[in-house]
Amino acid sequence: MHFAVIQFPGSNCDQDCLRSLRDDLGIPADYVWHKDTSLGDGCDAVVLPGGFSYGDYLRCGAMAKFSPIMRAVRDFAAGGGLVIGVCNGFQMLCEMGLLPGALIRNRDLHFICEAVALRVETSGSPFTSRCRTGELLQIPIAHGEGSYFADDATLRDLEKHRQVLLRYVDPATGVPTPASNPNGSLAAIAGICNRERNVFGLMPHPDRASHPRLGSDDGRKIFESMADAIRGRRYQRAGAAIGVCHTEAPARDALVAMRSGGGDVFGV
Amino acid sequence: MKAIVIVKPKTTVLDPQGVAIRDAVRHHPGLEHAVAGVRAGKRLEIDLEASAAADPALEEKLHAVCRDLLSNPVIEDYELHLER
Repeated sequence: MHFAVIQFPGSNCDQDCLRSLRDDLGIPADYVWHKDTSLGDGCDAVVLPGGFSYGDYLRCGAMAKFSPIMRAVRDFAAGGGLVIGVCNGFQMLCEMGLLPGALIRNRDLHFICEAVALRVETSGSPFTSRCRTGELLQIPIAHGEGSYFADDATLRDLEKHRQVLLRYVDPATGVPTPASNPNGSLAAIAGICNRERNVFGLMPHPDRASHPRLGSDDGRKIFESMADAIRGRRYQRAGAAIGVCHTEAPARDALVAMRSGGGDVFGV
Repeated sequence: MKAIVIVKPKTTVLDPQGVAIRDAVRHHPGLEHAVAGVRAGKRLEIDLEASAAADPALEEKLHAVCRDLLSNPVIEDYELHLER
């Protein structure tokens, strides 16, 4: 198993991601420079880390889509490979069109750096299979532009296909409230996946919650879910049968099978 | 020759920056009750080479870069003006 952590000029959570994976989770991982054109042999998952790629100029994540490595990332995603974008990585995935919607300035204009409570909306994804549906996670956020926006039709589509994986909630009640929504995200959305469920973007940083010494190790579950999917153990088939495990096939095979069976192909 | 690109948040998108600026403008003497709202966008001035003016597809190419890079159609509208 091997994870590729892409480094852009201005990335600043690349080391957090690499050390979480390698040191805290024991998952082999290496950096891939944004000017490279290949993810390397045997790449099983791509991590787009947080930070301020290209100085956040123009719009957060807007420039990164033109980096040479992004063609390889697109191809990898189109082939069913697992891609996770954290914070600035989420912004990139939206700018690239691999995920719908956009991330805009926080409601209160402040850069917010704090631990937040997240509710796992479904365990039916290769990123949340280690969690229970409805489980609360404590993971920090650190962003100025994390307010999720999408038009009404897109939002309905996301809900219909259970693509919202994480929502900001009140830690005491587990329910989204205006006060527990740190940035004004629509429908308190903290993380979404694509229709095929192999591309995931989230504003919270699982890489900053991978060891109890960091205040929480809830972020491990996300990386461990990915590792499980790659090992082909606990992957729950996406689509109609969310929450019901139907396949033991490796995630990529399952996704390819779904695709050839008429599933929508996103952003290719 | 210049291309002027104005990028504005869509009216359906929350613009907290515009709201903050509106509130600040309302503190300006005499404007307390005069300002209904502010939308904050950006203006980009693109200096074009003289030779580019001869390209009949120039305007279409500039529209393409406005859509692909300079604005995000999910949240923003743009206007393109060519100054010859």
